[in-house]
Amino acid sequence: MKTKNANIYLAALIIWFLIYWFLEPGVNFFVCNILGLDKTSHITETIRFFIYEVPKVLLLLVLIVFAVGIIRSYFSPEKTRKLLEGKSLFTGNVMAGLLGTVTPFCSCSAIPLFLGFIEAGVPLGVTFSFLISAPMVNEVALVLLFGLLGWQTALLYLITGLIIAIFSGYIIGKLKLERYVEDWVYQIKAQNNNLEEAKINFDDRINFGLQAVKDIVSKVWIYIVIGIGVGAGIHGYVPQNFMAGLMGKSAWWSVPAAVLIGVPMYSNAAGIIPIVQALLEKGASLGTVLAFMMSVIGLSLPETIILKKVLKLPLIIAFVSITAFGIILVGFLFNLIY
Amino acid sequence: MVIKILGTGCARCKNLEQKVKEVVGSNNISAEIEKVTEIADIMKYGIMMTPGLVINEVVKSSGTIPSDEQILQWLKEN
Repeated sequence: MKTKNANIYLAALIIWFLIYWFLEPGVNFFVCNILGLDKTSHITETIRFFIYEVPKVLLLLVLIVFAVGIIRSYFSPEKTRKLLEGKSLFTGNVMAGLLGTVTPFCSCSAIPLFLGFIEAGVPLGVTFSFLISAPMVNEVALVLLFGLLGWQTALLYLITGLIIAIFSGYIIGKLKLERYVEDWVYQIKAQNNNLEEAKINFDDRINFGLQAVKDIVSKVWIYIVIGIGVGAGIHGYVPQNFMAGLMGKSAWWSVPAAVLIGVPMYSNAAGIIPIVQALLEKGASLGTVLAFMMSVIGLSLPETIILKKVLKLPLIIAFVSITAFGIILVGFLFNLIY
Repeated sequence: MVIKILGTGCARCKNLEQKVKEVVGSNNISAEIEKVTEIADIMKYGIMMTPGLVINEVVKSSGTIPSDEQILQWLKEN
């Protein structure tokens, strides 16, 4: 790969690593020696948590979003659609789930994407696997989970999210709900635009990555700051094990309750995960928290309302309840294991 | 020349519209800019990501906001 500014990128990467490396000792030094705060007090812990976690998560976000942006430049909805056309049910669902994680997607494009898939003959169930995985398993969620809860939890989220997307789509496909798609959808005849794949070189891909960083970071940074702020407050002030009774393992109903609360809530991963981390620390159990997170990020009321334009009510209900059921199952499973 | 901006009203669609207007205005290009917001009409162009940019009924881009230079070049070609 030849790029014009290879040296600049390399330098930026080295600077990134240096900052990341020295962030924790730097913050500790700043809090204890420069601000001269008492190490053992709650307020110190809260402040330290905040001024360490915010830059750390933002640093991770910039790097990962950049890398994912470059990966995404190799994918497009058109290519994904071509890969999924005429695939058999199960194989198609697995591929759709995986492709959902890397294909560029924004919720405002959910409808054109849905229509484009259906129109090209991608089966309904396969399309749904894509539509569930694309928003739920996204790089912002994974970065925050990795940064705040460690790679194990991030991996767990990735795998369970994929499984839910694959199986929910599979079940929707098996139920043969095609008649509940609005009739006009099957009548669309799109012109075949030969939007030529512009030849792009590696510099363009890097620009694609930088653009992704600009778009995403400018959108989510405020949620991260607020989320970590609230998290820091909980971290420092809410008593240990406060959440155990409410969201702990012993309260079996907490999983479905978390999903019921989570579905209508509209937030993005950036705002919800720092709070979730704090709850975990105060005795909430992993399964419950995972279920809550997935239902907030993966199923959202506004998005479902948008889908009303192309889907009839029974299909929307089937989609939401099957996905919610899958999330609840995952929640129970993890409460059982851990 | 007829330029169409395809989009249901997301932030990026407005962004693209603004940009096209600027490029058209600052280069004294005579063009009619039209917004297509009805999803069924958008789908006729076969795009899967909004915003879409259509010049004289030919889809030029979808899902991205092209650079000013790129837009200008397309406009000059028509």
